[in-house]
Amino acid sequence: MFGLEKKDARLLLLVAVLVAFAPFLLNPFPEGSAMAQFNAGYPDLMQRFVIFGIFAIGFNILFGLTGYLSFGHAAFLGVGSYAAVWMFKLLSMNVLPAIILAVAMSGLFALLIGYISLRRSGIYFSILTLAFAQMMFALAYSVLTPITGGETGLQLALDDPRILGTSQTAGGNIPVPGLFGLEMRDSAELVLGSWVFTFNVGYYFAAIVMLVSFYLSIRIFRSPFGMMLRAIKSNQQRLNYTGLNPKPYTLAAFVISGMYAGLAGALMASMDPLAGAERMFWTASGEVVLMTILGGVGTLIGPVLGAGAIKYMENIISKINSDILHGWFAFLPDGLEDFVVAIIYPFIGKGWHLTLGLIFMGVVIFLPGGLVEGGQRIAALFGRKKASDDDSGKSAKTEPAE
Amino acid sequence: MDAIILQILNGLDKGSAYALIALGLTLIFGTLGVVNFAHGALFMIGAFCAVTLSRLFSLSHEVLVPGETDFLGNPKTKDVPYIYDWFGESTGAAIIDWSVPLAILFAIPVMIAVGVIMERGLIKHFYKRPHADQILVTFGLAIVLQEIIKYYYGANPIPTPAPQAFAGSFDFGAMLGFDPNTIIYPYWRLVYFAFAALIIGAVFAFLQFTTFGMVVRAGMADRETVGLLGINIDKRFTIMFGLAAAVAGLAGVMYTPINSPNYHMGMDFLVLSFVVVVVGGMGSLPGAVLAGFVLGILESFASMREVIDIIPGINQVIIYLVAIIILLTRPRGLMGRKGVMED
Repeated sequence: MFGLEKKDARLLLLVAVLVAFAPFLLNPFPEGSAMAQFNAGYPDLMQRFVIFGIFAIGFNILFGLTGYLSFGHAAFLGVGSYAAVWMFKLLSMNVLPAIILAVAMSGLFALLIGYISLRRSGIYFSILTLAFAQMMFALAYSVLTPITGGETGLQLALDDPRILGTSQTAGGNIPVPGLFGLEMRDSAELVLGSWVFTFNVGYYFAAIVMLVSFYLSIRIFRSPFGMMLRAIKSNQQRLNYTGLNPKPYTLAAFVISGMYAGLAGALMASMDPLAGAERMFWTASGEVVLMTILGGVGTLIGPVLGAGAIKYMENIISKINSDILHGWFAFLPDGLEDFVVAIIYPFIGKGWHLTLGLIFMGVVIFLPGGLVEGGQRIAALFGRKKASDDDSGKSAKTEPAE
Repeated sequence: MDAIILQILNGLDKGSAYALIALGLTLIFGTLGVVNFAHGALFMIGAFCAVTLSRLFSLSHEVLVPGETDFLGNPKTKDVPYIYDWFGESTGAAIIDWSVPLAILFAIPVMIAVGVIMERGLIKHFYKRPHADQILVTFGLAIVLQEIIKYYYGANPIPTPAPQAFAGSFDFGAMLGFDPNTIIYPYWRLVYFAFAALIIGAVFAFLQFTTFGMVVRAGMADRETVGLLGINIDKRFTIMFGLAAAVAGLAGVMYTPINSPNYHMGMDFLVLSFVVVVVGGMGSLPGAVLAGFVLGILESFASMREVIDIIPGINQVIIYLVAIIILLTRPRGLMGRKGVMED
């Protein structure tokens, strides 16, 4: 199917089905029940799942295949957001031109930064990308305020030209982003008994874009180009000896992953038309590193899983407070209840970063292949099906003979 | 001229902090070959050692004020720190006042313990793994450490003043023979610079003039051979890790009066310190110190009004700009050793 091997086609199909039915799957608990707070099936969060999925897929093309650890990838996400919002301001509220410009702009920035940064490798490359991203953040925050909106961020206004669209709607409001009349924020609700499922236009649009990006990433992984990138990761010196120059390949990977980041930024701006410099801060770059590692670096599905896991934690775990905890453990005797709550409390609510840090450390220490490797190990435990060893996560680990 | 001296002085305190953190980072990298992203967290923990000590000193209990009542007629109480009971009121007040410098004594054992536990408990297992894994696991550790601090101390900065004797500023310009009021400099920043110079000097002297330091330097140059000579180099490197942690911690302790500590101060400094290390040259101790001061001073020059008027925004990006130029033209850094983490 689509020029994919059977296994990859199955994976793509599986992801497509999961994404299509996400509003059901992520809303397993009836409305109003005690477990309803674990429901992740609301549009805002689902959009974030797929958008950060795209971001992480792109990052994985660089880090997973070539091994170059960029610590400044959020800069391209920010560039994409700014470009998209400017398109909304100047041209029209249609998301397509916004996405096209965002991808082109971030690709351009990635070409420039990549060309310079890729002259070094290892930690120097990480520091260079970090330095560029921090520079862009600092400039966007201060000097470039006319372009970026500075501290308040770039927002739409009633008097924006919007040549192909309208400056304001009949009601005197700022128009909302859409795709040929389909408004991104439109939702349909389906009530089944006490379950409420929300189907959001923006989510499905982002999901389709994500599936296309995922398909492209599979093609890249399986292409000779992807093979070359893996060769760079396993032994760059040997590649040099065979008379191949790795630079164009790494640069291409860097630009592609920068364009993915720009695409994610444009989608973020399409869902909520504003862009701020904090999207480029280095912690945002760190987040995508966390997502990719957590899910499984160098695997196809890993980054998407990681992005989903982190965004779920960020939105769901951080909402649990001590009252809810007391509610859960109310069946315990009083003293024990307080004790259990006191133990768990630092890890939830505002402390979710602590949980994240611990999980992340655990993954790096015990499961270098991330959640995907964890899944494979569990599958291996149940015998019969041995974890397939043609998966990229495995081949990435083969040590080159020195 | 006075403007130039003022900017150099302004750059010194930040430069001192960069230099101290970068020194610790380089010590760890040079000895153990580990890229420690949790080093900023050690700086932060040091700062919170000072906060903890000043809180411990001011622990108090309520006593009745004899003969006075509040407007409801209840007897009036006031808080008296325990330390007043133990050492008398004047000595007690002096101890509270001097809690930041006293925290140095408290921070040294704490930081060495933290460093040794970190190295033995976690980093030891990462020597054979790629640098990317080391960066990632220490990055995770940094998140965990700063979240723990955030949980116990809250997210807001905690003001921790310097002793009264060092509060305020003095007219440095008048001393040098310039017009009065041209160079006003806070006392504590001068103290910080002197302290940093002392620590840096002590570390270099320790490495240069003691047998222990000599073994460590030999180990940095060729670990295997030193091990073959029957010297337990791992143990010494662990101690060096504790020492590097202590250096970062002390930098943090003394920095508290300049900037009120908060839980993410470590990360803020870490990014810049890494840039400093890379500019100075991976694995070069003098390079780290030199680059720390140079970048600190450059930063303060770049924030002069005259400079910003010519190149707007330069104060925000100068350090990164310098780092990019240095890395591209002189990949080994200012004073990097040959063969250390080169491509």
